[in-house]
Amino acid sequence: MIHKAGAGHPGGSLSAIDLIVGLYGTQLNVDSNNPDSIQRDRFIMSKGHASPAVYAILKEHDFLKQSDLDGFRSLGSVCQGHVDMKWTNGVDFSAGSLGMGLSFGIGTAFAAKMNGLDYQTWVMLGDGETQEGQIWEAFMAASYHNLDNLHVIIDRNRIQNDDFVNVQMEIGDVASKVEAFGWSVKEIDGHDMEAVVEALQWSMDTPGPSAVVAHTVKGKGVSFMEDNPSFHGKAPNDAELKMAMEELV
Amino acid sequence: MSAPSTGGASRDGYGAALLNLADDPRVVVIEADLGKSTKSCLFRELYPERTISLGIAEQNMVLVAAGLASCGKVPFASTFAIFTERAFEQVRNGLARPGLVAHICGSHGGIHTGTDGSSAQSIEDLALYRTIPGMTVMHPSDDLSATKLTEQLLNHPNPSYTRTARNKTPRIYDEDTVNSIQIGKGSVLKEGNDVAIIAIGVMVHKALEAAENLHSEGINATVVDMHTIKPLDTALLDQLANSVSGIVTVEDHSVIGGLGSAVSEYLSENNPTIIRKIGVEDRFGESGDSEELLSLVGLTIESIETAARAML
Repeated sequence: MIHKAGAGHPGGSLSAIDLIVGLYGTQLNVDSNNPDSIQRDRFIMSKGHASPAVYAILKEHDFLKQSDLDGFRSLGSVCQGHVDMKWTNGVDFSAGSLGMGLSFGIGTAFAAKMNGLDYQTWVMLGDGETQEGQIWEAFMAASYHNLDNLHVIIDRNRIQNDDFVNVQMEIGDVASKVEAFGWSVKEIDGHDMEAVVEALQWSMDTPGPSAVVAHTVKGKGVSFMEDNPSFHGKAPNDAELKMAMEELV
Repeated sequence: MSAPSTGGASRDGYGAALLNLADDPRVVVIEADLGKSTKSCLFRELYPERTISLGIAEQNMVLVAAGLASCGKVPFASTFAIFTERAFEQVRNGLARPGLVAHICGSHGGIHTGTDGSSAQSIEDLALYRTIPGMTVMHPSDDLSATKLTEQLLNHPNPSYTRTARNKTPRIYDEDTVNSIQIGKGSVLKEGNDVAIIAIGVMVHKALEAAENLHSEGINATVVDMHTIKPLDTALLDQLANSVSGIVTVEDHSVIGGLGSAVSEYLSENNPTIIRKIGVEDRFGESGDSEELLSLVGLTIESIETAARAML
């Protein structure tokens, strides 16, 4: 997808994909035959540059076709550069500008309570994204309002656009910070599928808003992308694609 | 024209409208600490279960509104006009871009806000929101019209920004005449064939007074309350451009990007007409009484009259 488009964000897609697979596989109640159901669980992909990971899972769940994925980032494609609810069935939020998704999730979680519905809202944040002040406005608001139907997954891959997070502006012990804002927090290895599945269920069983801090590897599964800031927002060339596919398959 | 009665400020009209809309369960009110000022507090008092308090956090507020809107709610979110600007990018990217419909109200707009000083006097809000595709932008002139226009947002298909004013000004409408007001249609308050004075917000009553004075000099002015500056009533602008010798625009807002700019943009391309823009020139305000401040920046009845005379 990214190679064909000649642009995109492979690193943050690969760090997030195990978490997304776990979520769609074990928790998320969505149906491609009824994509706008008011009862559906919401998945708010706040780190919207990891759109290839979302499009891949939406294809697995029959919201998208391979031809849609092939159009990624091209004019008129339902697969926009950053995930966009206006363009894509199965996408619940228009991302692209970091820091906004958790606030949007508060809105969908509030609406569930006001409408007497029991759907859940899951929000995925990037770790670099937590440098945005709005994220902390939202963490504070969600715990104050005790939104127990709101769940956060932080993809702690330690790399942002320009460089490692600890070079740009280290966020430190993000789990303790979220906890200090009144959330229940669990830390896991975001590539250990058993731990992922168990943590998502823990989040469901935990009263009040809860967050899973998933320690991940940017570019996971492709040796030359792993932990490499240069593959945050760069497409692989022909040779790199061949190597990557051999390693992943 | 009889002397106008004094009603509330337009922010009071907003608060009253929220109560009138409360029967619709889709209506949700969102506050960022300033509900007592924007008058959403009236709704909170009666409908706490449909009022969300989010503290002094405007960026979060706008996206919470967007999330609610995505689930079929009709959110009304308010704070000071100036502080909505802090969340401009949230309104642009998080609300309007995905085509979600929530309504932002910015109270305490304009230099008329007064003694709080320049930090609270938004003079650029209308310009900002006018640039967002699909956004409806309004600035009512009194409490009754603010109520009517806000009520019409209930089934409005677009996100909106409405600026209200902190301070009372004379009523422009009465309980009957306000019923003809409609989003997107300028209200012609007085007809005359010499010049047209198009005003918004707290300047509308000054435009009417100026027109009275001009009439005694034998100059007949049309006066329009252009409460909706986007979408702009271009049919009315064409009609005015074809019938008068010039147009004066009057706003408690920067002359860059507001009502005067909107009118000029349309007419310069479609129906070239002499236009004189009266507004806040490229400067900030300061502390002072509302009327003192309007005089300081030249937003006076006299300056409207002078501009109108120069059209003939």
